[in-house]
Amino acid sequence: MSSLADGEWHRLHPATPLLRGGIFVFAAIGFILANLRERVLDVVFGIPVGSADPLEEIYRRGSVGWALLAVAGALVVILIAFSLSWRAHTFRVNDEIVEVRSGIVFRSNRKARLDRIQGVNIERPLIPRLFGAAKLEVSVAGQDANVPLAYLGSARADELRRDILRLASGARRPAAESVEPAREPGEGPSEPGVTVGGFARDRVVEFLAPELDPDAAPPESVVRIPPARLFGSIVLSGFTVFLLVGVIALAVGGAIGSSGWLPIAIVPALIGSAGYFLSRLTRSLRFSIAGTPDGVRVGFGLLSTSNETLPPGRVHAIGISQPLLWRPFGWWQVRINKAGRSVSQGAAGEAGTTVLPVGTAADVARVLELILPGYTGEEQGAVIESGMHSRGGSDGFINAPRRAAWLRPFSWRRTGYTLSAGAVVLRRGIVSRELILVPLARLQSVRIDQGPVRRMLGLASARLHTVAGPVSASLAVVDAEEAVRLFEAVAAGAVSCATSDTSHRWNHPTGVFE
Amino acid sequence: MPDQSGRLDLAAGAGWQRVSPRYVVVEIVGTIVGGLLACAAAAALWLMFEFQWALYAGAGVAVIALVTLILEPRRVRSIGYQLRQDDLLFRRGIMFQRFVAVPYGRMQLVDITRGPVARWLGLADLKLVTAAATTGVAIPGLTEEDAESLRDRLVDLAESRRAGL
Repeated sequence: MSSLADGEWHRLHPATPLLRGGIFVFAAIGFILANLRERVLDVVFGIPVGSADPLEEIYRRGSVGWALLAVAGALVVILIAFSLSWRAHTFRVNDEIVEVRSGIVFRSNRKARLDRIQGVNIERPLIPRLFGAAKLEVSVAGQDANVPLAYLGSARADELRRDILRLASGARRPAAESVEPAREPGEGPSEPGVTVGGFARDRVVEFLAPELDPDAAPPESVVRIPPARLFGSIVLSGFTVFLLVGVIALAVGGAIGSSGWLPIAIVPALIGSAGYFLSRLTRSLRFSIAGTPDGVRVGFGLLSTSNETLPPGRVHAIGISQPLLWRPFGWWQVRINKAGRSVSQGAAGEAGTTVLPVGTAADVARVLELILPGYTGEEQGAVIESGMHSRGGSDGFINAPRRAAWLRPFSWRRTGYTLSAGAVVLRRGIVSRELILVPLARLQSVRIDQGPVRRMLGLASARLHTVAGPVSASLAVVDAEEAVRLFEAVAAGAVSCATSDTSHRWNHPTGVFE
Repeated sequence: MPDQSGRLDLAAGAGWQRVSPRYVVVEIVGTIVGGLLACAAAAALWLMFEFQWALYAGAGVAVIALVTLILEPRRVRSIGYQLRQDDLLFRRGIMFQRFVAVPYGRMQLVDITRGPVARWLGLADLKLVTAAATTGVAIPGLTEEDAESLRDRLVDLAESRRAGL
């Protein structure tokens, strides 16, 4: 089996048109079946049915033959159109670019430079997954700047990702076939399964297979989330509190006044929130994160799965947070800002930036080790520890002075920053604790502000600009002199770290492309 | 040199480049036009629908616009930038002070825009865009030659210090 990343043009999985139009095909089949049911009842059991049904009408007029011919003609036209569009949709991967050509009437051609890759995502929505197909998406920085390859054979998608990342890393050739995982005999992903039984068995094996290839990831670095903890974390969220308050308010309102409208208000809300909980649960189930030679791999999803590899140096900011309700259990969440973003995730898009939905402090340390390598020393461990748990005071952070209590009456003790090992660490929040790490090599710019109120108090606010994402790296109160010191240190550090940073060509000996 | 008032002051206080004094005119025209439009809207609301609050709101806008007009020259004088060894430093504001540092290697593009009044005065605005949407550094009121030479200079600097994203 040759590699897909050999610089030649390749086509997508032959079933692509069917899978892309999956929902419509199923709807059409459903419609036909619903109509045929009455037909079948009539023929088999002799039960007469009403004549409002169009199929019935056709039958009555004796034009079954013409109708079948028309349907067959339409099918043939559709099949030809699909296969033409499939033939026109080709892609290639060489040492420098990923390129996709598509379209017959309206042609399009998209290239992405390999050294600009921000991540490679393999998505397997439920139906394509049942057919052993996967969607591979190469994301580069920018809105809607992704290169999607939908669909590829499941195993080939994994292989192609490995090759793309290896090429992007600065190594010039795809590695030899030695990494080939041991497969059951008889399976060639290009023509899956010889018999129907073999096909089904392959699919079942693939469906139940762990999200991470155990060969590709060192198993000890994987964080596992027990389902009970995941369930607890979702139940103990701010949304639940909001929901409870709403329900109590409604109940009180109902008890006092007339309650004719009450069910109308509550039932849709309940259905909606049940859907919300369920989608969060299925999205986060089977979550896994692991380090591979070519980056951090984050996977999640129970039925529709998604599995993204972030090459080193693609994380622009890291936010570790703990809502109040999670504190008794010692649970934390880790989210990141990254430049590439997958458009196709829809409502679940948030999950693409969550690298740890819920975990203990030990899990957080393990995840940090993966996404911020080089931040693992004794001193850094202490910084993270006090950043997460300390209540303030002299704990290695440069904290806001007491007069900041005018602006942040509860959290001023914990509001502070420190710089270590090429990253700025910001800490804030007492009710909902937050710790933000910004690698200086990824920082875009830095800003300090001072309005009249802060000037009277001798304070300032600071903000580190990174690419857009869920983590906002800002400090609301800092001592004015410290703010200037922070500004100077960060500005100088950003320059020196950016020049010495080579992680965007992580396997290349000099880190320089060409 | 941090003084007793707690003002922000960077150590590199000397080398600030100022923008053209003519930029005051642009700001004044903008403030007058904005103020007049707001006052006209308030007056219309008051005359047509007899909303009493519109009158107070209009008066408030007029007062704010007047104060802004008086402070305008000082505000324009507070705008400054500095080309340091490896980054560009930008400052503006008296009441609301702001300092931003943008490393040259982080600039994605440099934009020159000219409004109608600024064009009449021969001025242009220079905008720096990084991968972070929030950076938002715009140096207003440069003479057109300055803007263009600064743009070329910045593009050169950015090119020589390019460093991924």
